[in-house]
Amino acid sequence: MSAQAGAAGLAGAEAATTGGLERAGPAPVRIVVAYGFWLFLLSDIIMFAALFASYAVLSGQTAGGPSGRELFELRHVGIETLCLLFSSYTCGLGVVAIERRRLGLFYVCFALTFALGATFLGLEVSEFVGLVARGAGPSRSAFLSAFFSLVGLHGAHVTAGLLWLTFMVAQTAARGPRDFVRRRLLCFSLFWHALDIIWVALLTLVYLMGAR
Amino acid sequence: MEQYAGPHAGSIDQAPGVGEGEHSDSMAMYTAGLGFALLLTGASFMVSQTNLLWPPGVPAGLAVLAIAQMGVHLVFFLQIGTGPDNTNNVLALAFGLLVVTLVVTGSLWIMAHLNANMMPPPAIMEMQR
Repeated sequence: MSAQAGAAGLAGAEAATTGGLERAGPAPVRIVVAYGFWLFLLSDIIMFAALFASYAVLSGQTAGGPSGRELFELRHVGIETLCLLFSSYTCGLGVVAIERRRLGLFYVCFALTFALGATFLGLEVSEFVGLVARGAGPSRSAFLSAFFSLVGLHGAHVTAGLLWLTFMVAQTAARGPRDFVRRRLLCFSLFWHALDIIWVALLTLVYLMGAR
Repeated sequence: MEQYAGPHAGSIDQAPGVGEGEHSDSMAMYTAGLGFALLLTGASFMVSQTNLLWPPGVPAGLAVLAIAQMGVHLVFFLQIGTGPDNTNNVLALAFGLLVVTLVVTGSLWIMAHLNANMMPPPAIMEMQR
């Protein structure tokens, strides 16, 4: 009994010093869901780190084949970068729009996000097709295997993101901006921003350092 | 004594991607983030394409610019801040960064040593005979 009272007194003192930790209660679903999704994104980034490490180890092993300097076209890559950056921006604006219940603006923003993401993906696929046509496919050298698995995995994430985006727009149209729809849209925007962060690392390590 | 103000009043946690202020702030955050990201991307391309920087220092310069840009994305797009209500998000991020650092530097370190200690291919062929 006295131990309990002591604990309660301690908790009260703690609440007074930390601005009411004790009164906060369980966090809202939105915060719990977003935190869980943040943990997933970090684990995804760790998976990418393994592929980044293998690329960094293997980037010099061209087995007599072409190196990055001969293969990469930076203008092409620059356009891809801008597409992804602006799509991240429009995705963020779309989430702000849905929070303000401005559905029209939301649809415009997400349509732009989809268009920019699809442009990025189209450019990447055309780059891959061009490389394979020049005999620089993933089986040519260890460097190219690592290149295709790293950049290809990012491309697969973008593809999954575009499918998710389409699904979420359809769900918003069908169910309206309800709580669970807005939670999922928040998770989608986190995913899309994380892809942009991974692209920054990829751009620097693979293309900008490789093309020198 | 203050009154209990409901479970969500003065909530101590914050979701990633959700700014602290009202929504107009987050619009300004995204726009500022876009501006910074564009500047840093432009700088990266310029550094890699010109001899503005001392050539042997270019990879280090590019790495610094990339890390700065990832920071901009985290703060302005994912809105992971340093406020007390963001502790959980920042701690998770710190742990993620620790694992990423271990994986990347560990792999590079080990593989560099393996390469250095490896016999040259003709010697291996000789032993297999």
